[in-house]
Amino acid sequence: MSSALSPRTEQLRAIIRKHKRWDAAFGVLGLLAMMVGVLTLAALFSSMAIDGIPRLTGDFFTSFPSRRAGQAGILSAWVGSILVMLVTAFFAVPVGIAGAVYLEEYAKKNWFTDVIEINITNLAGVPSIVYGLLALGLFVYAFGLGQSILTAGLTLALLILPIVIVTTRESLRAIPQQVREGAYACGATQWQVVKDHLLPYGTPGILTGVIIALSRAIGETAPIITIGALTFIAFLPPVPFAGEPAAGLFDWLFSPFTVMPIQIFNWTSRPDPAFQQNAAAASFVLVFMTLGMNGLAIWLRYRLRKNIKW
Amino acid sequence: MTATITLPDNPPVLKAESKNLDFYYGSFKALKDVSMPVFEHKVTALIGPSGCGKSTYLRCFNRMHDLYPGNRYDGSIHLHPDDVDVLHSSVDPIEVRMRVSMVFQKPNPFPKSIFENTVYGLRVRGERSRSFLEDKAESALKGAALWGEVKDRLDEVAVNLSGGQQQRLCIARALATDPEILLFDEPTSALDPIATGSIEELIGAIKNKVTILIVTHNMQQAARVSDYVAYMYLGELIEFGATRDIFMKPRRRETEDYITGRFG
Amino acid sequence: MAMTATSGVAVKPELPSGAAKLAEYARLKRQRKVRERLIEAVLLLAACVSVFTTVGIVYILLKESLVFFAQVPVWSFLTDTQWTPLFDDAHFGIMVLLSGTVTSSAVALVIAIPLGTIIAIYLSEFAGHKTRETMKPLLELLSGVPTIIYGYFALLFITPMIQKIYPDLPGFNVLSAGIVMGIMIIPYVSSLAEDAMRAVPMSLREGSYAMGATRYQTAVKVVVPAALSGIAAAYILGISRAVGETMILAVAAGMQPNLTLNPLEPAATITSYIVQVALGDLPHGSVGYQTIFAAGLMLLLLTLFFNLVGYWMRRRFREAY
Repeated sequence: MSSALSPRTEQLRAIIRKHKRWDAAFGVLGLLAMMVGVLTLAALFSSMAIDGIPRLTGDFFTSFPSRRAGQAGILSAWVGSILVMLVTAFFAVPVGIAGAVYLEEYAKKNWFTDVIEINITNLAGVPSIVYGLLALGLFVYAFGLGQSILTAGLTLALLILPIVIVTTRESLRAIPQQVREGAYACGATQWQVVKDHLLPYGTPGILTGVIIALSRAIGETAPIITIGALTFIAFLPPVPFAGEPAAGLFDWLFSPFTVMPIQIFNWTSRPDPAFQQNAAAASFVLVFMTLGMNGLAIWLRYRLRKNIKW
Repeated sequence: MTATITLPDNPPVLKAESKNLDFYYGSFKALKDVSMPVFEHKVTALIGPSGCGKSTYLRCFNRMHDLYPGNRYDGSIHLHPDDVDVLHSSVDPIEVRMRVSMVFQKPNPFPKSIFENTVYGLRVRGERSRSFLEDKAESALKGAALWGEVKDRLDEVAVNLSGGQQQRLCIARALATDPEILLFDEPTSALDPIATGSIEELIGAIKNKVTILIVTHNMQQAARVSDYVAYMYLGELIEFGATRDIFMKPRRRETEDYITGRFG
Repeated sequence: MAMTATSGVAVKPELPSGAAKLAEYARLKRQRKVRERLIEAVLLLAACVSVFTTVGIVYILLKESLVFFAQVPVWSFLTDTQWTPLFDDAHFGIMVLLSGTVTSSAVALVIAIPLGTIIAIYLSEFAGHKTRETMKPLLELLSGVPTIIYGYFALLFITPMIQKIYPDLPGFNVLSAGIVMGIMIIPYVSSLAEDAMRAVPMSLREGSYAMGATRYQTAVKVVVPAALSGIAAAYILGISRAVGETMILAVAAGMQPNLTLNPLEPAATITSYIVQVALGDLPHGSVGYQTIFAAGLMLLLLTLFFNLVGYWMRRRFREAY
């Protein structure tokens, strides 16, 4: 092989080397950029864990908030979060699924359907605090529901409704047309096709979407603050049929309350480092709840899809 | 151009007939003035090259086209003996589908158990009694020559069956409601030769209980299973007659060209 | 050729013949139709809830803002340079809050847009399947952490960290909040931009590679220009998200209205102001109460504007292929 390369080849190779350097440099840059995100997550979790885990005693979960940091706990907060989630799911799930079924299976392509779809896309981009303002003006005052669990649940239901609708529609869309044709050919009506086939077969995807939507709702703070949830709640909503005089079945819906994010907000705002430790511990619990729900959604989706082959 | 229709000397009982049927996908006229008889307890095959309208014609019989916007029927399909025009706007397509069942090209059992698949048509009608459903399921599965293979696993999911078994399950599902006409839309094109053979055998066995209209792109299959053949081309009915006549002495040039493979 | 039903028809007992049977079928059909129509109406109502929500939001914000603007002229709302709603000599200059929103969003976008774009290009053009499958969920996680926790992180981790380099940094400042906000928004930008890039047909890339270009050159000279409107839509989504963010700013930027574009100071944004008022005890119907709706209206108009621009850009990008 000749040892003297033509000047042209030499030039080409120099250019290629230069370009490859840029290429490699960008590859490194890309990895670094992703590392920023990963490191942030790591720093976040570890700082919460380091400050917070020592504080996670049984008492922490069963005590009410207190002016003394060492005795304060998240009892009212996590109970409140669960109750609010129940109300949110109660409204968002049926309305969201029903709306998605209508849009996907019944709606005709006309301007009215377009209006509905534009609205849904739009609402997904409205800041959550605006929902809080809506709730304040409408639910708290105009409808007179007060600063209660019911109001919070309704507000968050409206907030996550677009997510439920979009994920339900995607699940329905994934069901092949042959299934629908087979059902119609048996003499089924449209509702029978939806009830007997589309909803059962779409359940894994729908359930996943609902759980992810709820995991988003559980971490929402701004709209709940706006409707006036108080930050120092040292009692639990009344249990139905308990107490003197006995509480009604629905009294808990109209009770004042607090939720996990608000409790965290309250403690973070206090300069006392002991309260900040409480905030770290509560944050840890909240992140655990959120991640846990996401993980549950993914696992459920895997389990429920076993009999479906498309 | 009018179709060439050759009726036998003693024509059998008429189960259904289309009269001057036009069909439009939007503005595209897919069927042109198709008038054709369907004889009771006989197998009528629809043959013709791709795009000739045979599947389109078949799907008119159970109002499948209603599921999609922009389709329009013009003309009529009369179901006998009560002379109901299946395509008339006052007739409920749900009702039509309760009298006319369909088996599709790609087997489409539901992701439910074998039992639930078989009785779905009955449940849709409001049947609840477990013993009634079980009896019906057994007779339908026997009618589809599947009972022996599945009788011990009726509660297993249908998707675990082989392709041929799945198609027989779809046939059982269609038979369970005692339909008057059973439509087959290329039922074996997605199956292997052995499964194909068992389906063809089945068709021969069930025709004395139900009238069969079958679309096939396989001429040999049409020759094997059918009593009457309709040859269609570009949305028109070209020729109709007894199977032996169509294949041995077709009266139209176009039919002969297709049968002899001069064009596909 | 005329067709007629021939004679010799044996009527099967279960066939629907006779007027009684047909009448029964007609009755069942009516029943069925009524039930199906009712169900469809209920489903339609559910779908309309989203329309009702939008109408509700617009109605409430307008109604309460009109009360506000009856007392405070729109002109002074838009041009006053002070925001002191609780003083006796109250001033309502939205510019003050807007400056906080603008500054915090700017800091966030300075981080989110470059990093988001780089990550999108890397995942779309450089990364292997395994890397993509691992990184995408991790990045999704970034956007899934509740924002109150990000606020906590900004206040108690990032600010002290910056203070080590720059000790004069006040405990509440827009910079830390903006940085954390930016990191949170990265997945919004990178995910949408990556989708836009992945939608560019392989044939375009192949043309570039066939000329001897490297991945970097192909990405920058071919893919990005082809996906431009989708990438722009991703940026708009990021802007919209930044403008609407509340808790990170409420916790870490202080809630002190401050007309400034300097991120090293504390400031209130439109969103954190609403939180501050909600935390206080403002009587329903007072001017102070009304301010949050005027501020909310401003916020809605801003995000609506960005959402519409983004929507329009995404339509354009979808039409290209």
